Amino acid sequence: MKQIRIMPGRIAHYSLAWIVAVIWLVPFIGIFITSISPLKEIVHGWWGVKLSSISFKNFIGAWSHPTSPIGQGMLNSLIIAVPATIVPVFFASSAAYGILRYRFPLRKTIFLITLLLLAIPQAMVAVPLFQILKNLKLINSYLGLIIVHTAWGLPWIILFMRGFFSTLPREVEEAASIDGAGPFKTFFRIILPMSWPGLASVSSLQFTWVWNDFFLALIFIYNPVRMVATQRIPLLRGQYHVDWGILTAAALLITSVPLLVFILLQKYYVKGFIGMASK
Amino acid sequence: MERRLKHWGTGYIFIFPAVVLMAIFIVYPAVKTLFQSFFDAGGNWVGLKNFITVLTHYETIDLSRFPKKGPPWGSLINNAIWILIHLPVTVLLGMLFAVMLNKIKGGAFIKSVIFLGMVIPMIVGGVIIRFLFDENSGVVPLLMRTFGIEALDFTWTAYPQTALMSLILGSILLWTGFSLTMHAAGLSTIPREMYEAAEVDGAGILRKFFFITVPMLAPVTSVVIAMTLLYEIKIFDIVYAATLGGPGGSSMVLSLQMYFYAFRRLDFNLASAVATILTLFTLIVGIWLVRNTMRGEKR
Repeated sequence: MKQIRIMPGRIAHYSLAWIVAVIWLVPFIGIFITSISPLKEIVHGWWGVKLSSISFKNFIGAWSHPTSPIGQGMLNSLIIAVPATIVPVFFASSAAYGILRYRFPLRKTIFLITLLLLAIPQAMVAVPLFQILKNLKLINSYLGLIIVHTAWGLPWIILFMRGFFSTLPREVEEAASIDGAGPFKTFFRIILPMSWPGLASVSSLQFTWVWNDFFLALIFIYNPVRMVATQRIPLLRGQYHVDWGILTAAALLITSVPLLVFILLQKYYVKGFIGMASK
Repeated sequence: MERRLKHWGTGYIFIFPAVVLMAIFIVYPAVKTLFQSFFDAGGNWVGLKNFITVLTHYETIDLSRFPKKGPPWGSLINNAIWILIHLPVTVLLGMLFAVMLNKIKGGAFIKSVIFLGMVIPMIVGGVIIRFLFDENSGVVPLLMRTFGIEALDFTWTAYPQTALMSLILGSILLWTGFSLTMHAAGLSTIPREMYEAAEVDGAGILRKFFFITVPMLAPVTSVVIAMTLLYEIKIFDIVYAATLGGPGGSSMVLSLQMYFYAFRRLDFNLASAVATILTLFTLIVGIWLVRNTMRGEKR
């Protein structure tokens, strides 16, 4: 009797959940089907496609597109995103540790300013940064973009890692210092290795954000050969004619990298998101 | 305490590289932009003139068209409309979905699907919006056709009346995963006993939701609101990819306006004024967020 009473509610609950899932899935399914179908089959909508003529031509077409090759863009993105993840994670961890463990003049002020920097839009720094990089001959350069991403990643990684370090037991550090390890040795040999879950969180997010960035790349890189992957997406779209097959394939190629990071590091990724906001 | 005081120098060494980088590449350019917004191209002090020019320009606020005539209404109004629709919808949907998907079979999978919007590049998000609202490949015009709403069976991003709306709807799709994930994490911290006690008192689903879930999630919700506001004020990529602010400026937003002023028209001073207005808004939200955080830490 009880079961019968509960069932309708459960069915409604599950149906609603899956309706929501379908609404969110449809765009991705549409993009995927369009990317593996020949152009003439999708002109009247991807939902009418017969999946008999699957081909990965669009992916090859996007990868080595004549005017805007996504393959080259993804290589550039990788060249920039790897150092622009490692360097800020390292510097920010060090700063977070310093702010947490040492008392020095202006410590609170520096931390407060760091927090406020989180709210500054990239538009606020764009023009002067362009002039700085131009003076340093770092326009159209990987290094220039790496430096900007490094600086830009610091505030939130400092905030996150400070929170993470504060959860580590103090006893280990004290034991190390009794054993005669200096502050830097303690940080490198004990704190950092202990903190790998936190480092995995910030690294996965920082990498994704650098990879996904469009605004900074748009401003500092305009040499077509040096352009990163995201910059090439708008270039694939003609003014009046859109080749959806190529465009969706390119979108999927670019998305595959952050998607892979997310799938592999899901636990740390989501923790990064939550930690940043709840600290 | 004594040990720490002796080590001032060590503390500074730890923070030195980060502080220098932030000072050169964030603080200095931000201050310079602020300064530039009070000068003209010749370097003369003009007070608030740039701000007045921007705020009275039809590209920012077009009161001759808003609200009686159709778009374009100006970037500031578009940002405001974006916030008015996108903020309540994503925050509420995220909270409701978190409750709905909590502890059901497949819930984790559905949450991951909705979270995808946070993983993909926003520039791809712009492509998805174009795709969804395209008259040939789009599901939305297809739905309109199916339900006989001929008036909306066209490429939404290509017409002034619908361009902004398509962007806002698309960004809801992309951003709800943020609110959902935050609220789902918040839910897991609410002690089960609270619900059990309420059930003993005979509380139904709605009572439990409004008297336990919503108040217990309030700290999370306020963070979600702040982060969502920051996202909405700074919105750039999806507009660039989907409409470039068009047609005719009908989906222009402040960030994109700043980009056009600075890097297309090369009017750095007006661009600085737009950027400063933008920063004023984000700083208000940022200070509110920091104060919340600080209060949380003292507790």
